[in-house]
Amino acid sequence: MTVQPKPDQPTLTVPEGPRHARIHGLGGYRPERVVTNEEICRYIDSSDEWIQQRSGIKERRFAREDETVIDMSEAAARDAIAMAGITPDQISVVLMATVTHPYQTPAAAPILAERLGTNGPAAFDISAACAGYCYGISLANDMVRAGSAEYVLVVGVEKLSDFTDKHDRGSAFIFGDGAGAAVVGPSDFPGIGPTVWGSDGENWDKIMQKQPWTGLRADMTSEEAGAVEWPHFAMQGQSVFRWAVYTIAPVVDKALAAAGVTSDDLDAFVPHQANMRITDAMIKHIGLPEDIPVARDIAETGNTSAASVPLAAARMLNEGEAPHGGLALQFGFGAGLVYAAQVVVLP
Amino acid sequence: MAMNEQEILAGLAEIVNEETGIEADAVQMDKSFQEDLDIDSLSMMQVVVNAEDKFGVRIPDDEVKNLTHVKDAVNFITNAQG
Repeated sequence: MTVQPKPDQPTLTVPEGPRHARIHGLGGYRPERVVTNEEICRYIDSSDEWIQQRSGIKERRFAREDETVIDMSEAAARDAIAMAGITPDQISVVLMATVTHPYQTPAAAPILAERLGTNGPAAFDISAACAGYCYGISLANDMVRAGSAEYVLVVGVEKLSDFTDKHDRGSAFIFGDGAGAAVVGPSDFPGIGPTVWGSDGENWDKIMQKQPWTGLRADMTSEEAGAVEWPHFAMQGQSVFRWAVYTIAPVVDKALAAAGVTSDDLDAFVPHQANMRITDAMIKHIGLPEDIPVARDIAETGNTSAASVPLAAARMLNEGEAPHGGLALQFGFGAGLVYAAQVVVLP
Repeated sequence: MAMNEQEILAGLAEIVNEETGIEADAVQMDKSFQEDLDIDSLSMMQVVVNAEDKFGVRIPDDEVKNLTHVKDAVNFITNAQG
């Protein structure tokens, strides 16, 4: 239907944003408690050697029982805000990517915004699992450039220990807890390349909460003893491996091409820290030059879903593995199934 | 053109060697991928995907768990080639 403005009505005023946006600051938080493979093996029939061979994971961190996704986010966000050199009241949007905030409502972002001493910004959560942070960076980039926001705080955070079945040999050793945050704001140069993203809902059950909350309610009211089962996350590892390494890996090349760079120009490759085997196979499959530093934070942090990309990127900066101002290709992929890749200039 | 069993076995052995470093000669029809060749489920996926490319067949995820021995894979590929 074609619509024309009604005659004689005023024309709407719309903002004009800055031409470019970039990441101004990055921060990460890992909970204090280190959980070794030996501890994981108290509940599954496995070994440190098997877990390392299978996943590259040596240890992960678990949050305290009373430590929430908001607590972890606050710590990561404060570091990102400090690095950006802004004050919390300059933040106009808080966007949290998480699938482990245990309240169906309200969202976590407004509470985080309040904690940080912001000035009542727009605040909401997004559910894009392990691609959540990269989805968030894409949204933040668009919001800044469209003039909807000046500075956007993007947080990827998970407390996966609440949703991991410690008796499941296929997934118990994979997941960890943590938070990563970025401040996206206006820039004099292009700092966030086009995001190549998408979904594959046909494979929605490859990584999923075992049953919906309504299923849990049905269990709770059932008269069968022992019917109540916590809705842990379950994953079909083999299928996810194939999908990540072979089906969606071409997204990486598309993100490079869309940004007008080649893999030789990269200073870092930061894939979602799903499994070291996925990272290794992906590098081989896409033919990434051997001298490009690759994030391998999973060894000490495990798979922290939405938090993994910013945690790994922040670590590479802190340890001097990637330079400030360098080009990083970040690639999130996971439950949905969903994925997103983009080239960014590191803060 | 469809390959015969020996050609498929040789092709499969080549893939196993490229993906895992296991000697191609060790890949025999009666060997178990996991027990004898020490190929875990993720390495098996790498073998499967490369086999799909090499032999022009489709091996669904659900089928992979049935391919416990080398002969299972060779038979599947033979039949899938029609």
